[in-house]
Amino acid sequence: MAEGAGEEKKKFSIWDLPDVPVGQLPPHLELQRSRVSCNKDAPIHTESIQYSGAYASMGIDNSSRLDRFSNNFRVEVVRLNEDDMEFDMIGIDAAIANSFRRILIAELPTMAIEKVLIANNTSIIQDEVLAHRLGLVPIRVDPRLFDYLSENDQPNEKNTVVFKLHVQCKRGSPRITVKSDALKWLPNGSELVKETRNATSDSSSKPETYTYFGCSQETIPEFVKNPIIPKYPDIIIAKLGPGQEIELEAHAVKGIGKTHAKWSPVATAWYRMLPEVVLLEDIEDDLAEELKSKCPVNVFDIEDLGKGRRRATVARPRACTLCRECISGDDWEKRVALRRVKDHFIFTIESTGALPPEVLFTEAVKILEDKCERVITELS
Amino acid sequence: MEHGSFTDNSVATFSLTDEDHTIANAVRFTLNQDPRVTFCGYSISHPLEARVNIRVETTGGPAREVLKDACQNLMLMCRHVRCTFDKAVEDFKASNAVKAMKIDSQDSSGDDSEESE
Repeated sequence: MAEGAGEEKKKFSIWDLPDVPVGQLPPHLELQRSRVSCNKDAPIHTESIQYSGAYASMGIDNSSRLDRFSNNFRVEVVRLNEDDMEFDMIGIDAAIANSFRRILIAELPTMAIEKVLIANNTSIIQDEVLAHRLGLVPIRVDPRLFDYLSENDQPNEKNTVVFKLHVQCKRGSPRITVKSDALKWLPNGSELVKETRNATSDSSSKPETYTYFGCSQETIPEFVKNPIIPKYPDIIIAKLGPGQEIELEAHAVKGIGKTHAKWSPVATAWYRMLPEVVLLEDIEDDLAEELKSKCPVNVFDIEDLGKGRRRATVARPRACTLCRECISGDDWEKRVALRRVKDHFIFTIESTGALPPEVLFTEAVKILEDKCERVITELS
Repeated sequence: MEHGSFTDNSVATFSLTDEDHTIANAVRFTLNQDPRVTFCGYSISHPLEARVNIRVETTGGPAREVLKDACQNLMLMCRHVRCTFDKAVEDFKASNAVKAMKIDSQDSSGDDSEESE
């Protein structure tokens, strides 16, 4: 069948043929445009046809208009817990979904321990290893309440959270494990006194410490009932033998995942495209049993047709992990087609606890908007 | 900053600092959708330098305006995504609350599973 608009030389136009849908793509082109075909060796048609004039000769307008996007876009939440969520985004393109994923992992700010002032460490864990482990402990505090601390700033109650860790294993007692619940929040700032050169300075004023808190952080309304603590109290930080002691102060500041992974607010965030499993021909009896047993995640089911005949059906395509077992033997590729829908993304977000996952996603979208605005102002 | 020619403002390369694939791929997608664009693409010359070069060629209008419109479109798309997402989360929470109430009222031992399939 000839594709494209009818030419003057032919006596009839392709649009006069009864089965060519006008204003829509023919089914094989629609398959190419909207599905990734996962064959036995490699997937094909993976790129998304974005160019606005892509199907111009068929009379299709591939350019996006905001109203078409707004009408077709849907979000369906599948699972929403305190720390993770799974939801479907339908009608969006991979470029934007990937931008959200990258922002979730690397550009959402969090609070994490950055400076560790060690007064005493006689344990076998080295100072730097201890400091590194402390940095990776997730802290349950909303980072939106704090500002960034830059090099010229002084650490004050608006940009620093101070923790103290003082553990000692007495001689004669058994070994102890230092867990993250040993980190105590100091709402009034640092307690370590800075050594000043002039010992004759007025001793009536308060000694200078490493932070300059104007007021106690406990007075901030959000922290009155919820003290700032690590999210998980049972993270092992160090182990002490008899006679060993750790005394340190840890300052947590705001940062983004790009600088260091400790500031990433998600354990991880990922998406996959919705799998579509299609039976190209009727699969009956023994072949149906074989197909059902091949799939490790039970995508297929057998239904009874009566008179002892059975037929295979696709029951749970969403569970498909694309292991390609169902197309692995000979001839199976002609019977089963594995595809992915290009504009349906199943997003999973696992938060480390600072913010709930739905807030994380909203903040990520806001950050993308801010980036666009920054580009626009740079251009004008 | 824009690298173009003074005489022909329909083709230009825009160099954005402190950006990477996150914004560049999204902007390239919205640019492609614009019917005034004949060519668009982005490149990152060196991975250690945070600079993205976006090349835009249009059918006649100024490239800067087309890029601005693409960024505007992307912003509007993001806003719509945010609204739809917030509404979906609210609906989900509301429907779960109703389900939890129904289960609680049916049997005295409260059912813990609030996950929908």
